Amino acid sequence: MDGSIKTTEIMKSGAEAVLRALKDQGVDVIFGYPGGAVLPIYDAIFQQNAIRHILVRHEQAAVHAAEGYARSTGKVGVVLVTSGPGATNAVTGLVDALMDSIPIVCLTGQVPTHLIGNDAFQEADTTGITRQATKHNYLVKRSEDLSRVMHEAFHVAKTGRPGPVLIDLPKDILINPAPYAEPSSQPHRSYKPRTTPDARKVAEAVALMKRAERPIVYSGGGVINAGPEAAKLLIEFVRLTGFPCTSTLMGLGAYPASDPQFLGMLGMHGTYEANMVMHGCDVMLNMGARFDDRVTGRLNAFSQGSKKIHVDIDPSSLNKSVMVDVGIVGDATETLRALIAAWKADTHPQDREALAKWWQQIDVWRSKNSLRFTQPHDPGSIIKPQYAIERLYKATRGQAKETYVTTEVGQHQMWAAQHFKFDKPNRWMTSGGLGTMGYGLPAAMGVQVAHPDALVIDIAGEASILMNIQEMGTLAQYRLPVKIFILNNQYMGMVRQWQELLHGNRYSESYSEALPDFVKLAESFHAVGLRAEKVEDLDRVIAEMLAVDRPVIADICVDQKENVFPMIPSGAAHNEMLLGPEHKANSGGYNGGSVTDEGLVLV
Amino acid sequence: MTEQNIALRSATISVLVENESGVLARVIGLFSGRGYNIDSLTVAPVERDRSKSRITIVTSGTEMVIEQIKAQLGRLVPVYRVQDLSKEGPHLARELALIKVVGTGEARQEALRLADAFRARVIDASTESFIFELTGATDKLDAFLDLMRPLGLAEVSRTGVAAIVRGKATIE
Ligand SMILES: Cc1cc2nc3c(=O)[nH]c(=O)nc-3n(C[C@H](O)[C@H](O)[C@H](O)COP(=O)(O)OP(=O)(O)OC[C@H]3O[C@@H](n4cnc5c(N)ncnc54)[C@H](O)[C@@H]3O)c2cc1C
Ligand SMILES: Cc1ncc(C[n+]2csc(CCOP(=O)(O)OP(=O)(O)O)c2C)c(N)n1
Ligand SMILES: [Mg+2]
Repeated sequence: MDGSIKTTEIMKSGAEAVLRALKDQGVDVIFGYPGGAVLPIYDAIFQQNAIRHILVRHEQAAVHAAEGYARSTGKVGVVLVTSGPGATNAVTGLVDALMDSIPIVCLTGQVPTHLIGNDAFQEADTTGITRQATKHNYLVKRSEDLSRVMHEAFHVAKTGRPGPVLIDLPKDILINPAPYAEPSSQPHRSYKPRTTPDARKVAEAVALMKRAERPIVYSGGGVINAGPEAAKLLIEFVRLTGFPCTSTLMGLGAYPASDPQFLGMLGMHGTYEANMVMHGCDVMLNMGARFDDRVTGRLNAFSQGSKKIHVDIDPSSLNKSVMVDVGIVGDATETLRALIAAWKADTHPQDREALAKWWQQIDVWRSKNSLRFTQPHDPGSIIKPQYAIERLYKATRGQAKETYVTTEVGQHQMWAAQHFKFDKPNRWMTSGGLGTMGYGLPAAMGVQVAHPDALVIDIAGEASILMNIQEMGTLAQYRLPVKIFILNNQYMGMVRQWQELLHGNRYSESYSEALPDFVKLAESFHAVGLRAEKVEDLDRVIAEMLAVDRPVIADICVDQKENVFPMIPSGAAHNEMLLGPEHKANSGGYNGGSVTDEGLVLV
Repeated sequence: MTEQNIALRSATISVLVENESGVLARVIGLFSGRGYNIDSLTVAPVERDRSKSRITIVTSGTEMVIEQIKAQLGRLVPVYRVQDLSKEGPHLARELALIKVVGTGEARQEALRLADAFRARVIDASTESFIFELTGATDKLDAFLDLMRPLGLAEVSRTGVAAIVRGKATIE
């Protein structure tokens, strides 16, 4: 690596070398919170203008904000926090980014090198604590390693399967002079992710798909990770083949939701047609999804009759939980391009007749209209949460602005995924893998920082929003007009739903007692507070929320007992879906008690 | 799942890694975090400039789990190469043990005779004890230890397995 250093200059301090490296990596904003160990970096920030610092109110929020920034721009999100409690507060965000493959570089302060291991003030073994919470992490012990490590961290964060990378920076390293070298063009010595698919495997995949009678494209977050070009190629491929397409929660927006070839989301709360298609298909193309348990349901009943093709940039994703027939290690963009070329080159005719029959079957499943709900419209009627999302979606369609949606975690998240239709990638930010309540508000903050003129909405639950509510202060300070749309059902609804279905209606500790008055809460944080209590209030409140150019909390009082359907109970198969309350168990089980003990231990 | 997926097998895996601090913790953390078995683990620098280390891991699991272990090791940033010796042709695996046997009289004589048969070297002796040094495959060491147990086996220190592929092919 040393051979590749182009120019070396000596920077006055390590802190200046850090900022220089950020600038050379194209960073324009960082999310952070100061403290003793990082004061040298804050001093360097004060003396420059190239990089903007957004002061959050809690380090966890700094990471989620950086995630929102990264997911909505395709760039690396950058976080700066202090040693000890600053670093430990960031851990949840790091694991969140690890699970959802979000590129983050997190800089943490550390006690000076000579004190490491002495239980010094605000010392924590940050690299030890975050080893399993990051894609990779570094402790910089020598000034001469500093700039190389900074550049390497960005490279590791954004290439291959993206993820969070942490750099622990002892205070003496930040204070002492440090040599600085620009980013090297030389690849990493040991880390060399593969992006180009094996041509033979691509041909094998196409041969399978040409002969498919009941195909499906199951697309995932990897297509979003790969960038907007991958989404374009996905559309091209799906149109070319005439195949139906479904998406995971993390992949929403890559394939336009309004397109007739799209079947909606699949999995635990996916549509009936998407899950029936997965269950009954004969050839499945998994493009950048990871056969998550929310998607597969009971593994030994998952799509037993299909040949499976799996494209993933991470070799460890292949054959991890589901054995596949053709495993392709490659980047989604490159692989989709190769698949399109190979499809066109392969002269074997497609069985169009079988495909037409498959579509007829799909239309029958579709006609169940599995996302249906009933909203009474008499004045004074209670608002159904699904209806609130539907009206919100309709209202945003009329806006000239680009719309970005983040969510917290729970029922509202699922209703947002089901009823808000995304036609473009990078518009939907949600915590899928870790399912972190408190993700949505800071993530929305990061999105709004990246896209100051866009409409950014956090679809929230009244319980989740309280987990990072302090970030209202950040919204006010930076005049970020984020809209917080709370589906207030006065319950940890997702927990209550499981208690209703699996624990005999015993709503243990899931009632949202002693809630704040969200309207007053908004006002005290210099934002606008609105409330809709009845169905006739809803459109007016949405219109007002969208009209103000300030942060808003809209408290939407919704039906407390509504459940998310369809639902594949844990441990059930795709064709054992509950479609609505009429399918619900008499207490203690599904369909007359078919949830097994094995299912009950699953989350 | 097919039979092949359920059957357990043992695997000897060599991992060539950057010799940097924390790299062993990454490997061990991976095994404990994901619930994989470690039957033996050895590590030492192998390059003249000490820039790379070689880790040898003996593990067991279903074919699917072993493939997963290899893929997970491969995605660690400081890992250069992962080699499944149990799969990539014939290989040699050896470990070394230092074995203390305490006793007198007939048992002591018998221990010495057996050590000779196993080509264990006596590297320390007192009137009441021997320390044997024995190198060989794991099962040879196990067999020797089983024989020593009734003869006054008092303490054992084993290195764990070092392994390498036969012939001219190398890990790199
Ligand atoms: C309450 C709750 C309910 C949920 N219910 C559902 C549900 O009903 N349905 C559902 O789908 N999810 C659901 N989820 C989300 C679920 O937990 C998983 O997060 C999600 O299914 C994973 O999406 P994914 O398979 O697309 O993988 P991701 O986590 O997005 O992973 C992306 C994959 O793509 C690969 N990749 C990355 N970059 C590239 C590239 N450039 N090229 C190719 N491959 C790449 C990665 O290696 C990885 O394997 C729920 C979550 C919560 C919190
Ligand atoms: C940090 C964290 N703690 C606990 C959970 C478990 N959990 C999942 S959903 C949920 C309830 C969410 O309630 P609310 O925000 O009101 O959303 P709702 O389901 O009512 O729409 C809980 C407690 C979690 N996902 N994250
Ligand atoms: Mg709620």
